[in-house]
Amino acid sequence: MPTKPVPRNAVSPPEEPPLNPPPGPGQLFVAFAKAGLMGFGGAQIWVRRAMVEERRWLTERDYAEVLGLGQVLPGPNVGNAAVMIGRRFAGLPGSFAATGGLYLFPLIVLMGLVLLWQGFADEPLVSSFMHGLACAAAGMVIGNAFRMSGRLRPPPEQIAVGLAAALAAAWFRVPLPVIVLVLGPVSIGLVVWRMRRAT
Amino acid sequence: MNPLAGDIFFFFLKLSLLAVGGANAAVPEMHREVVELRGWMTDASFSQGYALASAAPGPNVLFVAVIGYHVAGWQGLVASLLGFLGPTFILAWGVATLTQRLAGDWRLAALRAGLVPVAIGLILATGLVTGAAAARGSGIEVAVAVLITLASALFTWRSNHTPLWALGAGGVLGLLLLR
Repeated sequence: MPTKPVPRNAVSPPEEPPLNPPPGPGQLFVAFAKAGLMGFGGAQIWVRRAMVEERRWLTERDYAEVLGLGQVLPGPNVGNAAVMIGRRFAGLPGSFAATGGLYLFPLIVLMGLVLLWQGFADEPLVSSFMHGLACAAAGMVIGNAFRMSGRLRPPPEQIAVGLAAALAAAWFRVPLPVIVLVLGPVSIGLVVWRMRRAT
Repeated sequence: MNPLAGDIFFFFLKLSLLAVGGANAAVPEMHREVVELRGWMTDASFSQGYALASAAPGPNVLFVAVIGYHVAGWQGLVASLLGFLGPTFILAWGVATLTQRLAGDWRLAALRAGLVPVAIGLILATGLVTGAAAARGSGIEVAVAVLITLASALFTWRSNHTPLWALGAGGVLGLLLLR
């Protein structure tokens, strides 16, 4: 079967700088450890920032596709992405390094908090700070969605699919598997339609 | 070995493959089993553990470690993480292997490209839902909370500086205005 031409948006935008050489397990561990440790509001944003913007190991599109697969599979999205990114660059050691880096240090911080929590749970300064932090973290997640889509330059039908997914999940509280099972095939169909039209 | 650690392991093993959409999607089911059916945790300690895991840096899935630790100490912690992350690790590994073998196939390319807008839409939804949850308190506090969220969104979207600035500023503004 002849391969179809890739859709026009499968190529990374020209303004993205070239990629750096693929990392080994050690570099993966360090990058994921940093992303996990800074990962307020979900580590996904920080993993993307490390992979796409800081270290230039993946293009914006590569990363978005890995994350899309990670979202369909059961389990933590960013954890699935860590396994797949590690696999791609450094095989099984890469997957273990990325996964270990992602979870190890946040786990230490979290267990420290759990053990200490009784001491400062009722401290009003702490809860005010955490409240402001939670607001900023939510804004960070929203801003990240705009940042990703701006750089991917999706055609209009894909923007519509993204907004429909957001609306279904945030407003109508449709269960996630339903969203993926309904909008996923629609979206894939639209990609195929655009591929056909380009030929 | 603590016998409860074994129960914890099998409980999370069973749950892990159902958790499509990440650990957050499985939290209602965790609550049903851990609090209501098995009585391993009280409602209050479950909620407090969840709040801590959400506020702490790192993947929210680490909440399962809090449950495991609460129920069966350090053995429970290890058992919960192995049970919940093991199967998904193997599955993600298998899918990654498959996608690398099929690289260049146009159907795989369409599948991957098609999932991207759904993934980004769901990220947007996560931000909106957590932002709405954080917009609480008196009328002025809600306004302050929404402004912090909007400013942080704009900064993350438009600036190339690290979003840690937005987080720090949000925390300080909370300290000054949200009390």
